Amino acid sequence: MTDEAPKQHERDAERAVDPMATGRDPKAELRLGASGGEAQETRDAERGHVFELENVTVRYAGVPAVRDISFKVYENEITALIGPSGCGKSTLLRCLNRMNDLVATATVEGRVIYHDQDLYAGDIDPVQVRKLIGMVFQKPNPFPKSIYDNIAYGPRVLGMTGDMDQIVERALRQAALWDEAKDRLKSNAYGMSGGQQQRLCIARALATGPDVILMDEPCSALDPISTGKIEDLMLELRKNYSIVIVTHNMQQAARVSDMTAFFTVELDEDLKHRTGKVVEYDETEKIFTNPGDERTEAYVTGKVG
Amino acid sequence: MSTPEAAARIVGSQPLKDRVQGQLFRFALLFSLAIGILSLLTLLIQVGVKGGPRFGADILNSFPSGNPDTAGARSAIFGTIWVISIVALVTIPIGIGAAIYLEEYANRERWWNRLIELNIQNLAAVPSIVYGILGLAFLVRGFADLGQTVLAGALTLSLLVMPVVIISAREAIRAVPDSIRQGSLALGATQWQTIRRQILPGAIPGMATGSILALSRAIGEAAPLVLLGALTFITFNPESLNSAFTVLPIQIFNWISRPQEEFKILAAAAILVLLIILLAMNAGAIYLRNRYQRKW
Amino acid sequence: MSATEASAVSTSAPRRLETARPRYGELLIQGLLAVCALVSVATTVGIVIALLEPTIEFFGDVSLKEFFTTKEWSPLFSPPSFGVLPLVTATLTITFWALLVCIPFGLGAAIYLSEYAQPRTRSVLKPVLEVLAGIPTVVYGFFALTFVTPILQDIWFVGEKPQVFNAISAGLVMGIMILPTVASLAEDAMAAVPQDLRAGAFALGGTKFQVSTRVVVPAALSGIVAGFVLGISRAIGETMIVLIAAGGTPNLSFNPSEAMQTMTAFIAAAGIGDQPTGSVGYKTIFAVGSTLFVMTLVMNMVSIRLVRKYREVYE
Repeated sequence: MTDEAPKQHERDAERAVDPMATGRDPKAELRLGASGGEAQETRDAERGHVFELENVTVRYAGVPAVRDISFKVYENEITALIGPSGCGKSTLLRCLNRMNDLVATATVEGRVIYHDQDLYAGDIDPVQVRKLIGMVFQKPNPFPKSIYDNIAYGPRVLGMTGDMDQIVERALRQAALWDEAKDRLKSNAYGMSGGQQQRLCIARALATGPDVILMDEPCSALDPISTGKIEDLMLELRKNYSIVIVTHNMQQAARVSDMTAFFTVELDEDLKHRTGKVVEYDETEKIFTNPGDERTEAYVTGKVG
Repeated sequence: MSTPEAAARIVGSQPLKDRVQGQLFRFALLFSLAIGILSLLTLLIQVGVKGGPRFGADILNSFPSGNPDTAGARSAIFGTIWVISIVALVTIPIGIGAAIYLEEYANRERWWNRLIELNIQNLAAVPSIVYGILGLAFLVRGFADLGQTVLAGALTLSLLVMPVVIISAREAIRAVPDSIRQGSLALGATQWQTIRRQILPGAIPGMATGSILALSRAIGEAAPLVLLGALTFITFNPESLNSAFTVLPIQIFNWISRPQEEFKILAAAAILVLLIILLAMNAGAIYLRNRYQRKW
Repeated sequence: MSATEASAVSTSAPRRLETARPRYGELLIQGLLAVCALVSVATTVGIVIALLEPTIEFFGDVSLKEFFTTKEWSPLFSPPSFGVLPLVTATLTITFWALLVCIPFGLGAAIYLSEYAQPRTRSVLKPVLEVLAGIPTVVYGFFALTFVTPILQDIWFVGEKPQVFNAISAGLVMGIMILPTVASLAEDAMAAVPQDLRAGAFALGGTKFQVSTRVVVPAALSGIVAGFVLGISRAIGETMIVLIAAGGTPNLSFNPSEAMQTMTAFIAAAGIGDQPTGSVGYKTIFAVGSTLFVMTLVMNMVSIRLVRKYREVYE
């Protein structure tokens, strides 16, 4: 990525004149929508977006888990979703590849635009969606099969043709796992360490040739060294993929992401149901150094958890 | 136990009363367990002592006859093999299919799916003789009119043990972690691909265990077949689905019901055959369960 | 963005989402699986229809009042008498003796396995109980008739000695047969009691006895009772033991040393008699069968409810 450095520079320049940085308005529900702020406009001009969320509300059995979410996810960037537990980050993530379809009571309102297609249009095939939008889960979940078969599983079920050995090798190389795995491709994936298993799951997701990778707290079950490896891998993968990551670890969001959405939880009138919403969506650096909303500030500075 | 008392107990050594009470209770519990185990041992020994001397090749080779000295259970053993084979063919695929439907496809929000679940739980506890009534009314006579045949008996037993197969297969499916299912679906696999390539391979040992136990129940079942009219005197092996038949438990019941002591001894010998088959199946099921129990 | 070698994968990937094409194969499979599940529904419907029609016909010939209040059951004699009471009392008498064995000892075994036994002991003892549960009922019947009854006749000390066919021998052996069912359900329920609850009670200075009887058992009570109720249901519905060991004479008595015929034993005996379709004898099978089915259905529903109750609380 040769143009990475100057771009970073540009961002800093933009930030200096960002109107959001001045004149805080604590009552503002959402500091930045899809069209809010110059930073966003510049970004829109520069980069395509993979997702455009418009007033997305996800309900479980009629009870909203997240409400009125609107933001854009840009191409070849890492977008982090942060916020206290129970704020619906994972719920939102799961509606980006229609995994929520698997929960019988879940309903999605609003629009999720993937490139220029409505992900929830009636004629879209959710199975195809998951081929293009891969997912990595909280706990490494390799299949109880060999390393090779784990990677080959996706291409096989999708009926992909081509040299399977090559597909497997390429996916493992992309996931920086090839050197560790090349001599034990036929051994069971359960014999790998947790960190290796999680990179295997990333490789598995890459093997189907996706465009976006969704990561649901991918490092929460891992030690710091494995976490570091995954983070390096994410930065590497950003060159070719767009990544959306849910994380509890704020340092992680600060380290790897380009954009960050901060979620909060609201209780409804009778204090029974918790609904998540996005308080602020902006460049990661701004969220962590100069947040526009005091709730964000309280969270990122550790005043509330 | 009042609070000051309890507090006093924490500090001192355990009072004698508590210790005695604890030991007595422990003894009572062990005694409870011993009742079950000793009964099993007594039963096995009694059957062995009584039937052992009569146990031999002619039980397997001879047909039933009025003469207890030469009678055997050959036709009953063959009848059991016929019936159980059909039960396995009918009940295992349908039972596992129903389990897959309930675990993987059925939306529990829909009342009819909850009704199917409740229905299966209830069927598992319906007395076996009631299945006999069902078989009598619809399979032997009435609707299907199969007569007192191998097929009618096997279908009745299939319905009887179906809930056992379904319930154990559902447990086996549930033991496959959801993360495997999600991982597969997230890669773009369809639901059936996920079931066939991930869920079923993981659930097969548990399903096999449950199916073997269900079949062993069918092998030992006599009551519904009594009602179907399998208690006739059969001195030939079944040759087709439409043959008249008898099975081991029915033959045993027949011999027990006769007044002569010689027939009771013969019954004990046939019970030995039945128990050997069942213990082998039980051992097989337990082995399978322990051998292939996957740690996810 | 520089097109690196690896990027070939992502840039060549089509970003167009394909529209759903119906997967007929998948739908067919789902349909077939649903049909499998419906077999169980058809079974229940079949049972109800099989019982209902002849039962209604039966009650066309015999009044409900006669069926439930007359004290004599001799449907195949002339003149026939259709009082189901002797069959019901026999069923209840034998069930009582079975419960006397399976409830205390089943619960005791469950408490031992759940609260006292080491994991290794458990892994040996549980299969033993499973084997006990897998013994065919005809074998239990044989055991009752040829082993338990002679012993009871030898040691009997009150009133008249048990007859060759008697209620108590069948009942006690049936209790042994049901013991694993009761123990297994009770143990499941106790295993579902959260460990925190025990830890809390031990932290207050409770002894093992106190924690087991005053914390774990009450907490698991609905599951334990579910086991008892299912045990009763099984006792009422058991056929072969009573057919072999309790005799075939309808007898309105609670005296355990007498022979008596239960509902199930009557159905089986009538079946052995091979009643012609449509005869009163044939219809009695269904009338008694309906009575039996309704009794066990109520028990089963209570049991299922109770199990759900504890599952809702702890799982």
